[in-house]
Amino acid sequence: MQRGGGMPPYGNLQASNLPPTLPVSGYQPSTAGYNPNPNPNDLSTNFKNLAFNERTTTTINLLNEKNLIHRDGLETVKPNLQHDFKKVHCNPEVFRCTLNAMPQTSSLLNKARLPLGILIHPFKDLSQLPVIQSSVIVRCRSCRTYINPYVHFVDSRRWKCNLCYRVNDLPEEFSFDPVTKTYGDPQRRPEIRSATIEFIAPSEYMLRPPQPAVYLYLLDVSFNAISTGYLNLFCQTLLDELDKIPGDSRTQIGFLCYDRSLYFFNLSEGLSQPQMLIVPDLDDVFLPLPDELLVNLHESKELISDLLNNLPSLFEGNMETGSALGAALQAAYKLMHPTGGRITVMQTVLPTVGQGALQLRESSSQTSAKNIPHLGPATDFYKKLALDCSAQQIAVDLFMLNGQYADIASLSCISKYSAGCIYYYPSFHTIKNIPVTEKYEADLRRYLTRKIGFESVMRIRCTRGLSIHTFHGNFFVRSTDLLSLPNINPDAGFGMQMSIEDTLAEASTVCFQAALLYTSSKGERRIRVHTLCLPVTNHISEVYSSADQQAIISLLAKMAVDRSLTSSMGDARDALMNAAIDCIGSYSTQLNSSQKMGAVVLPHSLRIVPLFILGLLKSTGFKGNTNTKTDDRVFALQQFKVLPISYLLQSIYPSLYPVHNITEQSEVVKSGTSVRMPPLIQLSSANIDRHGVYVMDTGESVYMIVGGSVSDTFCQNVLDKPNFMSIPDTMSDLPEMENPLSIDLRNFINYLLDCRPNGSTFLVMRDDSKARHLFYQHMVEDRTESSMSYYEFLQYLQQQIK
Amino acid sequence: MAFTFAAFCYIVALILTAVLIFFAIFHIIAFDELKTDYKNPIDQCSSLNPVSETYYIYYMLSLIFFVFQLVLPEYFIHMLFTFLFLCSFQFGSLLFNLPLAVYHVHRYMTRPVMSSPGLYDPTSIMNADQLNRAQKEGWIKLAFYLLSFFYYLYSMIYVLVSSS
Repeated sequence: MQRGGGMPPYGNLQASNLPPTLPVSGYQPSTAGYNPNPNPNDLSTNFKNLAFNERTTTTINLLNEKNLIHRDGLETVKPNLQHDFKKVHCNPEVFRCTLNAMPQTSSLLNKARLPLGILIHPFKDLSQLPVIQSSVIVRCRSCRTYINPYVHFVDSRRWKCNLCYRVNDLPEEFSFDPVTKTYGDPQRRPEIRSATIEFIAPSEYMLRPPQPAVYLYLLDVSFNAISTGYLNLFCQTLLDELDKIPGDSRTQIGFLCYDRSLYFFNLSEGLSQPQMLIVPDLDDVFLPLPDELLVNLHESKELISDLLNNLPSLFEGNMETGSALGAALQAAYKLMHPTGGRITVMQTVLPTVGQGALQLRESSSQTSAKNIPHLGPATDFYKKLALDCSAQQIAVDLFMLNGQYADIASLSCISKYSAGCIYYYPSFHTIKNIPVTEKYEADLRRYLTRKIGFESVMRIRCTRGLSIHTFHGNFFVRSTDLLSLPNINPDAGFGMQMSIEDTLAEASTVCFQAALLYTSSKGERRIRVHTLCLPVTNHISEVYSSADQQAIISLLAKMAVDRSLTSSMGDARDALMNAAIDCIGSYSTQLNSSQKMGAVVLPHSLRIVPLFILGLLKSTGFKGNTNTKTDDRVFALQQFKVLPISYLLQSIYPSLYPVHNITEQSEVVKSGTSVRMPPLIQLSSANIDRHGVYVMDTGESVYMIVGGSVSDTFCQNVLDKPNFMSIPDTMSDLPEMENPLSIDLRNFINYLLDCRPNGSTFLVMRDDSKARHLFYQHMVEDRTESSMSYYEFLQYLQQQIK
Repeated sequence: MAFTFAAFCYIVALILTAVLIFFAIFHIIAFDELKTDYKNPIDQCSSLNPVSETYYIYYMLSLIFFVFQLVLPEYFIHMLFTFLFLCSFQFGSLLFNLPLAVYHVHRYMTRPVMSSPGLYDPTSIMNADQLNRAQKEGWIKLAFYLLSFFYYLYSMIYVLVSSS
């Protein structure tokens, strides 16, 4: 059995191994990366018939159904399009809608009580991406839609736009095939054959020449920062990756350190060693030199290496505790505004000096769980600065390495509105906290070398009758359908709530098109276009059967975050529960009373909604208890807004694998090496056996828990310890042992760690260790002192519906 | 016919309400423009261009900024003649205006975190909820001010005539 390429467990589906207890229903299985049948068309026809016949029998009583998640993960639903369009689908990892059959009217949507929205991961690293360099980019003359696979060709010279229905002329070049030098069928063009495409844009798409890649690093060098030891690690990592930083010959780089003063570095070519310039004046920030602070990476490489080698010793023993982040950001803005680019901030403490100084807001006094304070910003300084940055094409990325409260709620505004990203490493310390340090290093390596797009904008167009209601993610909304993204990175996800303004009766399909215009690190202007096409329906049963539960959960999480900020945490939690109640309540009104008697019913396509909502309610972001640190909570909420769908789901409901009998599993070939994949099990302590060993993958961390009665053989073979009692409390590594069990296990864990772009902490712990709560807090289906078990939650929902 | 303080209050309120009507109309126009800008074909042609867009964003922000500027004067003017009604013991008119005054105070208390005076946050104003709310608010206020304009006109005449 083979897994899909590079996707975490919730991302894929194998057509042949659906749960035997659950009826297969109205979705098209993805056969990406796996083809059990030589003729996929036969397969999809079979499935279509099956889907049609069994649509009425897909209702599940959640109270009786224990196995909701199949051993290979959740299936991915694809829209069931008619005839010609069936060939082309947008990758659901990139672009998907919560409902794969669009309700015809808003009243039908209201009747279904499901959220409508799209989720998009526009700059995802793709293995296959057709890139077109052509003199003409064919777009609709009226709504400026790019030509896509779902347009209708009226005849060989004209095409009808699928968003505004205007009939456009087809330029002659479009049917010209440069290979055969003949005019032919426009259908064979890559624009028509692929739902995701990238154009290399001609000069009409730029007003100024494409900007070079410009990177500025803002490094906290206050006492606290130095004592965590991050500076050494950062400098070494950057030094290692200096040659792999994306860019061309024009790439510029600069450094700015700050504590209570600002330290600039002149690295211009010709100097024998880096020159440090100290600016203690914070009220009116000025640049000590006009041009030499940002230097060409290639021309000044030696000086840069020199600086990176010497920086840690330069600030060693710095006793200054103040941090003037606000002033440093203002200086960075002044430095960058002529070109735009990326500012990377490493912050370890609460900024306390100069403009943008913040107060210690978090207090230890217990407040009610209904109203958790300080989730919003304390000042709009960072937001205003972010808007200025956004207008000058500057994005600010934030690495928070704080041990104490640092008011991420206020600081995150600088990244939120400038389309940056935020990383958070609580209790970071290079010696005392090795797992987090390893994660930081892995994240930083990925961060420095991943693809980047500059001065970008993303426009979302949709078929007439639909409109975008609310946006979720990190950006500034420039107009009703345009997002300003000074930088775009491959790990950023976005969500948009949609509303149906007009009836869609005249159309049989609706389309969404996201066009991302950006400057690549090589200085090329490019447009990446994703098009999603969905059928329209006027049957509520079809709306239910084609609902995409993964997308629904992701969108609900994003909506609840907004609610927690504008209203209160209590409201957000109520709203999540209401979403589950609405969903079950409205579905049961579609059934006759015998079916819903004493049952909590949902269609197969929505079966995980209550489970994942319970997961959300127990997640760090929405937890009811008050002893969660504010920073942890704010960061978790922020992640819900930006994580792409599969990582988001994994953080809500981590994957759990029993690994003690891994050698009995069948092998799966994964990127050249074979891995034995254990089956997924649900997050309930009932599934945990004292004799077993389990691996949990939350996306951020991978935990391995060793049961109390584990066999001595396992301890000897895998952990290199004689028995359970001699295993240390926690281990952050597995010893390399030469036996099949150890090799298979390490292969599997390496596979888990490799299939995500970010770094993860890895921890082995004993079942009786102090750190076991790290593992057990994710057991969503268990009952805890303050929260319901899954079964209780279902019963609670059942009471609320009556 | 004597010219009482109450009559004076009504004359002032009448003039100020005329000003407020203009404010309300401007408010409606500004938000309508924000909402419908995507229908502007000229903008759409150049829309994928970040530099011209930068210019555009300033236009949009200045529009919001102008409305910002109007919010406080509007609240101030409304409070002023509400206070005048209190001074001249016109309790009917006071009661008529009190709900709006309370609403204004509440609205300003619950505004987004901002260091400058203002009500609208450019980062969240494009959300359909907020935009619709602001538009609705504009229409309701326009109706309210129009109604109060005629009410003050009537009251002014009534006071002038009855005090003679």
